[in-house]
Amino acid sequence: MSLLELKNVSKIYGPLKALDDISLKVEEGEWVAIMGPSGSGKSTMMNIISCLDKPSLGEVLLDGVDIAKESSKKLTEIRRDKIGLIFQQFHLVNYLTAVENVMVAQYYHSMPDEQEALEALERVGLKDRAKHLPSQLSGGEQQRVCIARALINHPEIILADEPTGNLDEANENIVLDLFQQLHDEGTTLIVVTHDPEVGEVAQRTVILNHGKIDREIINENFGKKKQEEQSNEA
Amino acid sequence: MKKRRMFFRMITASLIRRRSRMFVALLAIAVGATILSGLTTIYYDVPKQMGEQFRNYGANMIFVASADSDGLTTESVDEALSYIKNDQIVGVAPYRYETVTVNEQPVIVAGTDLSGAQKTSPYWYITGEWPSAGGQVLVGKETADLLSVKVGDTIKMTYSAEALENPDQPAETDRSQNEDAVNMTFMVAGTLDTGGSEENYIFMSLEDVASLTGESSKLDVAELSVSATQEELNGYVEKISSSVSDVTPRLVKRVTQSETTVLSKLQSLVLLVTIVVLLLMMICVATTMMAVVTERRKEIGLRKSLGASNKSIVYEFMGEGVLLGAVGGLLGSILGFVFAQAVSVNVFNSTITFRPLLVPITILASMVVTGAACLIPVRNATEVDPALVLKGE
Repeated sequence: MSLLELKNVSKIYGPLKALDDISLKVEEGEWVAIMGPSGSGKSTMMNIISCLDKPSLGEVLLDGVDIAKESSKKLTEIRRDKIGLIFQQFHLVNYLTAVENVMVAQYYHSMPDEQEALEALERVGLKDRAKHLPSQLSGGEQQRVCIARALINHPEIILADEPTGNLDEANENIVLDLFQQLHDEGTTLIVVTHDPEVGEVAQRTVILNHGKIDREIINENFGKKKQEEQSNEA
Repeated sequence: MKKRRMFFRMITASLIRRRSRMFVALLAIAVGATILSGLTTIYYDVPKQMGEQFRNYGANMIFVASADSDGLTTESVDEALSYIKNDQIVGVAPYRYETVTVNEQPVIVAGTDLSGAQKTSPYWYITGEWPSAGGQVLVGKETADLLSVKVGDTIKMTYSAEALENPDQPAETDRSQNEDAVNMTFMVAGTLDTGGSEENYIFMSLEDVASLTGESSKLDVAELSVSATQEELNGYVEKISSSVSDVTPRLVKRVTQSETTVLSKLQSLVLLVTIVVLLLMMICVATTMMAVVTERRKEIGLRKSLGASNKSIVYEFMGEGVLLGAVGGLLGSILGFVFAQAVSVNVFNSTITFRPLLVPITILASMVVTGAACLIPVRNATEVDPALVLKGE
């Protein structure tokens, strides 16, 4: 059974079909990139997968549960327990420190644990910036806090919406390296992007156009870059 | 870390690190709480303060002799006074009236405790001085005109119990020949202008009247100025009536009644102003919280996307509001005392006592009002759609 399966999903706004009969499977541990031009339905698909919105038609099976039929309250619980979200604009709470921002996710999920939150920040290389407010962090650092927050509750799936959209190249590489680590650990990743470089590093790229899946590309070079790096190091 | 600790960490961080934003709300609550605490203090202090002011309008209770008694005496008045709390007695002026002749003219002298009369009748306008020693008198303006005397003059008075019992007897013929007649000379220390019947009397000490008449304990009436509420006064009247047989206490209705009317109107006004202030405070806090919610739509959306339930969002915003109310209430209860003290000193010319119980009451009232003011904005907060706000729509 796939971790995530979309069956004939449509999202209709009046005369507009933001998603038109989409079917897609994502296996556990897979790294999928969703690409497409503006208005192709990427964000709509992202909102539906992340339980922030419901489809007009079709089924969305997450871990075998059809989230399209669940109540808003249940969707909140699923989002809290199974999904980690990463945003283009980071969306950190501006009056909380980096570590407190990570702990907010713990607070809603289970029990806040400052030590664990610090370890998550250490993992993204920001332990020494734990007590800083978002306004005292660079864009790259804010995005890494956002990743630490998404990871803290060990979600089954991480959804990233244009995670490198506001970052320079150096920070983009740091974020992609973190994604690679997560993938290596078996985390399922779905990344929405319009950046071909980000799309290329994923295992599989799904290209949307006018609300439909235009094509899917299996990245045959996936993992080679890493292997090359490892052999170079050796 | 316990969830509760994280909850307080989040709401205190929100208030402290966003202090410039929350300052307006805190100011509104603190001002409202100041007025609330101040007016409540005044509300409870007004009867005391105004009671003291009303004492300027003269006595509010009198003692007269009971119908079946031999008359009022200093002993019976003292006994009656023992039923009234000492700290409530502003002044007592026992009066004894006798008729004397001055230059063959009958004049009424009123013997009294002159220091007590000063307290029961602070509105008396004196030209010259109050009598400070025996042999000095205060002459009513009308009598002074009749006798053509002024401050510093001397008056020779004649008291004759027998002559005065036979007023039809010709004055010129026998009164001076009466061997029982007592003649005394008094110095006019001051003249009295009240616009009332007091202007027809000559006031002197009870001891001087006793010297003239030879009787020391007899009294006609006692005037009292008591700083107490209408209920307390009624209680005293009942108790003295039943306990002291020689004394019949009466309330001076025109004073006690108008005092009660003015006090109840003043207290109603203070109550009304307090309610209006509370409503204004509520509107101000609600408006500020609405602005806070609008400004934090993204944050609410984010929290929801992280799995916050509507209940959590409500708790967090209500928590912030109630904490803000507590801080504002604490500030307000302190400033309220300062405000009430300033009003009391400037308006009533006296200080008020600090009421510790008012601090928790003000804090609690501020928390409740702030909580109520937050209800609508918080409900709006739960309606935020995370998918829309996180996309910046």
